[in-house]
Amino acid sequence: MRKLTNTSKLYLTIVFVILYAPIFYLIFYSFNSGGTMHNFESFTLEHYRAVFEDSRLIIILINTVIVALLSGLIATILGTLGAIGIVSIKDSKMRNTLLSLNNILIVSPDVVIGASFLILFTMIGVKLGFASVLLSHIAFSVPIVVLMVLPKLLEMNTSLIDAAHDLGATRRDVLTRVILPYIQPGIFAGFFLALTYSLDDFAVTFFVTGNGFSTLSVEIYSMARAGISLTVNAISGIIFVVTVLIVIGYYFVTNRTKHAHETGAHE
Amino acid sequence: MRNKVSTGSLFPYFIWIVLFVIAPIALIVYYSMLDLDGNFTLDNYKAFFTPVYLKMTLTSFWYAFLITFFTLLISYPTAFFLTKTKHKHLWLMLIIIPSWINLLLKTYAFIGIFGLYGPLNAVVKVFGFEPQQILFTDFSFIFVSVYIFIPFMIIPIFNALDKLNPTLIYAARDLGASSFTTFRRVVFPLTIAGVKSGIQTTFIPALSLFMITRLIAGNQVITLGTAIEQQFLVSQNWGMGSTIAVFLIIIMFISMLLTSQKSKGGRV
Repeated sequence: MRKLTNTSKLYLTIVFVILYAPIFYLIFYSFNSGGTMHNFESFTLEHYRAVFEDSRLIIILINTVIVALLSGLIATILGTLGAIGIVSIKDSKMRNTLLSLNNILIVSPDVVIGASFLILFTMIGVKLGFASVLLSHIAFSVPIVVLMVLPKLLEMNTSLIDAAHDLGATRRDVLTRVILPYIQPGIFAGFFLALTYSLDDFAVTFFVTGNGFSTLSVEIYSMARAGISLTVNAISGIIFVVTVLIVIGYYFVTNRTKHAHETGAHE
Repeated sequence: MRNKVSTGSLFPYFIWIVLFVIAPIALIVYYSMLDLDGNFTLDNYKAFFTPVYLKMTLTSFWYAFLITFFTLLISYPTAFFLTKTKHKHLWLMLIIIPSWINLLLKTYAFIGIFGLYGPLNAVVKVFGFEPQQILFTDFSFIFVSVYIFIPFMIIPIFNALDKLNPTLIYAARDLGASSFTTFRRVVFPLTIAGVKSGIQTTFIPALSLFMITRLIAGNQVITLGTAIEQQFLVSQNWGMGSTIAVFLIIIMFISMLLTSQKSKGGRV
């Protein structure tokens, strides 16, 4: 491919600056002792201290992480089983119907999901709070897990399963020793995406969370509606560092496994 | 034997579909036909077809269109140039990272940036203009929304461009096409699938955004999403809220039909 011209480099630079400027702007003022986002007085860590001293905020943070991990885990199990089931359906019409139903929650607007879940939970009598938030996070994460696992299942050679059967493997063995190891990368990708969906969700949670329970997104929303608070800036500083660390970690892990696979293939 | 495994594994998945896909849609449709006292009525639909709601729907569409248009305008060249960089996957990663920072935090940042004393107004001042309130305007709403959606638009377009066989471009050039013709006749048509899925991930959410309108646009901009949130959580009129949601669902189905073409030729 041809080299980039200077104009296109400039264009990319501008896009990157615009993408990152608001984030760094937030983080920069999280160290401001002045208490506003426009007049930097002097360096301070008091806003970070405020985050860690605010036990309510810490509880919300723990809630958010628990909901993300639990919903991610359960959605991954449900989605993986669903994908395995979908693949084994012979009737292609039935299969496509299931896939379309699967995709509905992915393309649905958040507000519609939130509103309809609110009606659902009120009707079947689920108390609004931890349970309703967890259930809805599981619900909207399942389809993305299915979509991540499905391609892996489709590319898998079915003679592997037949071979396992011929060699005397039970159904359980086939699942745990043949299918699951093969589709493992898809399962991990699905779990990872489910986590990000859950951590990032605001609209659905906003609808189905009651008075007593809150996640970070909902809390930030109510703080932001009240006006500027540098505690929010400190939270974004922490989230940014954690995100970058996860990205670096993820990058190294995937690179290492790729590397291991390549050297394994050469041997 | 295989079928037994699958029916067992499909069971929880079926329950999920019935409970969280079919039931919610059915409930929304059911509630859209109830009035505040729970009586069966079509008044909500009548109300929806009055000028107030129709105007709101149209403006909501107009904003969603503008947001999608500007997002595409910025994202396509970005994705295009990105595929030509040396470490393109690393650069793509850098585009994706901001999308992992919580939406609310990014929106919140703009409350400061666009504020009366914010950095943008400081720049305005340098050029000798009076600082003015940028928050709570159409401009701020569209700008922030475009900002939020850019990474989601870049990713599918990048993937489409990345898959494009470079020999096709060489062939076009060898056959005497200018770089613009090559782009218009070869590159763009072959990446239209990426553009489509980018538009899908932008347009529907843009119709239904409500926290950006609340935080950035004050109450200046009312989208379909804001209206639903208003009816459900403020006015407690679930019937009217459901009616608006029914229309959003219809729009969503139309968009699903428009973009499902490509999967027909595939393995699934």
